[in-house]
Amino acid sequence: MDSQTAIDIALKFAAITVAFVVVLLIVAYTVLAERRVLGFIQGRLGPNRVGYGGMLQPFADLLKFILKEDIVPDKSTRFVYFLAPIIATMAALMTMIVYPFGPDTRIPFTDISIPLVISRFDVGLLYVLGVTSVGVYGIALAGWSSNNKYSLMGGLRSAAQMISYELALGLSLIGVILLAGTLDLAQIVEMQSGWHGFRWFIFFHPLGFVIYLIAAIAETNRVPFDLPEAETELVAGFHTEYSAMKFALFFLAEYINMFTVSMLATTLFLGGWNVPFAEDLFGRGSFLFGLVSVIGFLLKVIFFLFLYIWLRGTLPRFRFDQLMNFGWRILLPFALLSIFITATIIFLFPNLF
Amino acid sequence: MLALLFILFGAMAIGCALAMVAQRHPLYSAISLIGVFISLACLYVMLAAPFIAAVQVIVYAGAIMVLVVFVIMLLNVEQEEHRRPRLKFLLPVAVAVAAILIAEVAFILVSVQQESRVAASSSVSDVGVTQSVGEALFTRYLLPFEITSILLLMAIVGAMTLARRGGLIPRGDQARRD
Repeated sequence: MDSQTAIDIALKFAAITVAFVVVLLIVAYTVLAERRVLGFIQGRLGPNRVGYGGMLQPFADLLKFILKEDIVPDKSTRFVYFLAPIIATMAALMTMIVYPFGPDTRIPFTDISIPLVISRFDVGLLYVLGVTSVGVYGIALAGWSSNNKYSLMGGLRSAAQMISYELALGLSLIGVILLAGTLDLAQIVEMQSGWHGFRWFIFFHPLGFVIYLIAAIAETNRVPFDLPEAETELVAGFHTEYSAMKFALFFLAEYINMFTVSMLATTLFLGGWNVPFAEDLFGRGSFLFGLVSVIGFLLKVIFFLFLYIWLRGTLPRFRFDQLMNFGWRILLPFALLSIFITATIIFLFPNLF
Repeated sequence: MLALLFILFGAMAIGCALAMVAQRHPLYSAISLIGVFISLACLYVMLAAPFIAAVQVIVYAGAIMVLVVFVIMLLNVEQEEHRRPRLKFLLPVAVAVAAILIAEVAFILVSVQQESRVAASSSVSDVGVTQSVGEALFTRYLLPFEITSILLLMAIVGAMTLARRGGLIPRGDQARRD
C-alpha cells in the first residue's frame, strides 16, 4: 500500500467521522425540535428549562440514557436481543456516505477543489435501497427476541409494513431514474442544475414525489404509520423490553432514518444542493457557491423533517387493515401509473429533458 | 489490502454458511444466511461488480430473507428436534451431493486456469456495472428475460389464486351458486 492510498483512506475515515458527528447533532436537535413543535401544536410549552430555550435538553437526555439500568428480560434470546439495536442503528447510519450535500468547492486561498460528497459510485441509489431494506431486521428481530407478545406483534407488523411499502417506495423512484439516466446520486443532482438551478425532478414527476413521501413515512414507522410501536395497542411495540442505551439506539435509528429519507427526497426530487440563481450570482466552483448550496440543501432537509413533525401533530393513526389496503390497493397502482406517465412523456418528447 | 479484505469477507461468508447448517434454531439459521448474502455482496463489490452486489442485498437480504424471518416469527417455530429417525438416509445423500458440488467447483477452477485468456471482448471492470447489465438484458438476453418475467407473473397469479379461498370467483357469486 503506497502513501497516496493511505492518505486517501485516512481522509475518507475523517470525512465519515465528521459526517457522523454532524448527523448525530442534527438528529439530537430534531428530537428537541419535535418536542417543542409538538408542544406548540398541542398548546403547551415542551422542554424549555435545560440551557437557553431547552438547547441542552438532548445532552441531558443522553446522559440519562447512559446512566439508566440496562435491563435484559429473563427469557429473551440474548444474542439476537443485543444484535437487533446494533443492526437498526448501523443500517440507518450507513447510507449517509452517498448523499452529495454540496457541489465541487474550492477551498479559499488555494486551488484545491474538493467534492462535497463522501463517496460516489455507480449504484448509489441502489446502495441506499439495499441498506435501508436491511434495517427492517433490527425491528423484526427486536420484537422476536424480547419474548413478549406485544413486542412480537410490533415486530411482525413492522416486517409486513416494510415489505408492503418498500415496493411503492422503489417504484416511485424509477421515474427519477428514467429522467436522470443514472443511479449515481451526485450525477442525479447535477442533472437538476439547469434552468438557473430550478430544474427539479419534482416538476417532471410530481405523482412519484407524493408516493415517495407517503411510503417514506411508512418506512420510517412514523405517525400516521407507526403501527409497530402503537402505544395505545402494543404498549410500545418492538422496543417495549428495551431500556437504557439499547432503547436510545432504536430511538436514534428512527430519527436517523427520518433524516436519510428526507435527504433522499431532497436529492431526488427537490434538486439536492441546487439553490435557484446561486450559480449566476457566485459562479460554479467558488467557495460562496459551495456554502450557499450546503445551506440550501440543509434547509430543504429541515423542511421535510418539519413536515414529519407536523404530520405527527395532526394526523391520527391508521388501522392495520387500512394500512395494508392503502399500501397495496392505492399506493402501488398509482406508483405504476406514475412510471407509465413519466416513461410515456420521455418517449414522446425526448427533447424536453 | 485487497487480499486482506478478500480473506475477511471470504472467512465471514464461510463462517456464516457453516453456522447456518450447524444451528438448530431456524431463526438463527436465517440470520446466518443473511450474513452469507451480505458477505457475498461485499465480495462482489471487491470484484468491481457493484450492481450485482446491490441487487444481491436488495433481493436476497432485503426481500426474500425478510419474508423467511417473517414466516418463522409468525409460526413461532421452536427448536428443531435432534435426530429424526425417518431421515436416516439423509447423511449419505448429503455427502454424495456435497462431493459432486465440490468436484464441479474444482473442475471449473482447473478449466479456468488452463484457459488463460481473460474475458475475451469486454474489459473486466464493466461486467457488473449497471449499464452493461442493462444492455445485455435488453439486447442479447431479451428472450430469456421476457420468459422469466412471464414466469414470475404466473407465479404471482398462482399465489393469488391459492390465497383466495374460493378461487378466482368472487365470494358472493359462489354463495349464490351453492
